[in-house]
Amino acid sequence: MSKQRKAVSLISGGLDSLLATKVILDQGIHVEGINFFTGFCVEGHTHAIRKQDKDKVKRNNALWSAEQLGIKLHIVDVIEEYKDVLLNPKHGYGQNMNPCLDCKGFMVKKAVEWIKENDFDFIITGEVVGQRPMSQRKETMPIIQQESGAGDLLLRPLCAKNLPETLPEREGWVDREKLLDFSGRTRKPQMALAKEFNFEGYATPAGGCCFLTDKNYSDKLVDMWQHRSSRDYELDDLMMLKVGRHIRPNDNFKMIVGREQGENKFMEGYRKMYPYIHSISHNGPLTLIDGTMSEEDAVLAARIAARFGQGRDDEEVEMAVNYLDGTKTILKVKPMSKEEILKAWYV
Amino acid sequence: MSRHTLDAKRLLCPMPVIRAQDKIKTLSVGDVLEVVCTDPGALQDVPAWCRINGHKVLETKTTDDEVFIIIEVMAAEGMK
Repeated sequence: MSKQRKAVSLISGGLDSLLATKVILDQGIHVEGINFFTGFCVEGHTHAIRKQDKDKVKRNNALWSAEQLGIKLHIVDVIEEYKDVLLNPKHGYGQNMNPCLDCKGFMVKKAVEWIKENDFDFIITGEVVGQRPMSQRKETMPIIQQESGAGDLLLRPLCAKNLPETLPEREGWVDREKLLDFSGRTRKPQMALAKEFNFEGYATPAGGCCFLTDKNYSDKLVDMWQHRSSRDYELDDLMMLKVGRHIRPNDNFKMIVGREQGENKFMEGYRKMYPYIHSISHNGPLTLIDGTMSEEDAVLAARIAARFGQGRDDEEVEMAVNYLDGTKTILKVKPMSKEEILKAWYV
Repeated sequence: MSRHTLDAKRLLCPMPVIRAQDKIKTLSVGDVLEVVCTDPGALQDVPAWCRINGHKVLETKTTDDEVFIIIEVMAAEGMK
């Protein structure tokens, strides 16, 4: 009796990895999924912080994919290790701060480690030749195999027929004839295959899975680095970049102003980590301060914060400025007008 | 058989799932784990992870601020 071969599949939560896994499962291979959490994954429920999204179905698409496929999913926290990928990408960045090629190489490398530790035979991904401008080109796909150390243990079922044979194909663990020859940016073949497999309700095709491909997010990240002495970061920093209005009226501090109740509630959990400002005399948002403020800065920040509260049109509002040492200052300030808050201050 | 609590408050998904997954690796079959979260998304994701990996959700409950998911650790086959 031949040995039951086992593959680990990189599950992003998107359609391609769902299909690639199904293609291999249908060949009798035991497949388990692996999903890497870098801290920048859109898959998190970041948007659920906002109250207005509360009625939307909240699901993690990687878990959803695994459940559709009937496979186990291992979610791995790679936040620390990922820092080096983001800070020192050998192949540089894409349009924004996305180090896609290095990222894919890193994830496949982690999968190589995983299959060794867990006695699995090979790795599959949902990559398609020519689909992404950086990491999924005919010239760059061999780089991922080479730099990750996966070599011919890396099988891309959706485009395998366009690529050289891999070990699982040569050894007859999988039938190359039943693999696919997708290429390019079109999503039609994937959508047709999803229909064939009766997959419904899958994540939007070609939807981005990483905040680093988002210009606004990347701008905030770069701003944060530019105003700190190092480019290091913690998960809390990344979370803060996802919530609130970011306003930098001065180089030495940035304000993060809650946009609605859900964000204010979430930000309340950070009151021991950041100085914060809130209105005493009126309802208004919570504002966290990233950086240090002089007394003059505190007045400026209080006036800006007051602009976003219900006292915005009053002559004077009372604002409390709370510092990390537990002290509190009450300021009576005139809220800034919309025009006084410079567009250039918005990060 | 013992009862454990995992504080996953202030973490956004998938971190509560990862913490629960890692905690369960250290537990024995029949142990009960109560995961306490503030991200309402955990109410969907932690049970989904349990279904996929063969663990049993005994109860879920929510308060204004927190979500509680109580899990019974099932057969070791479900654990990796």
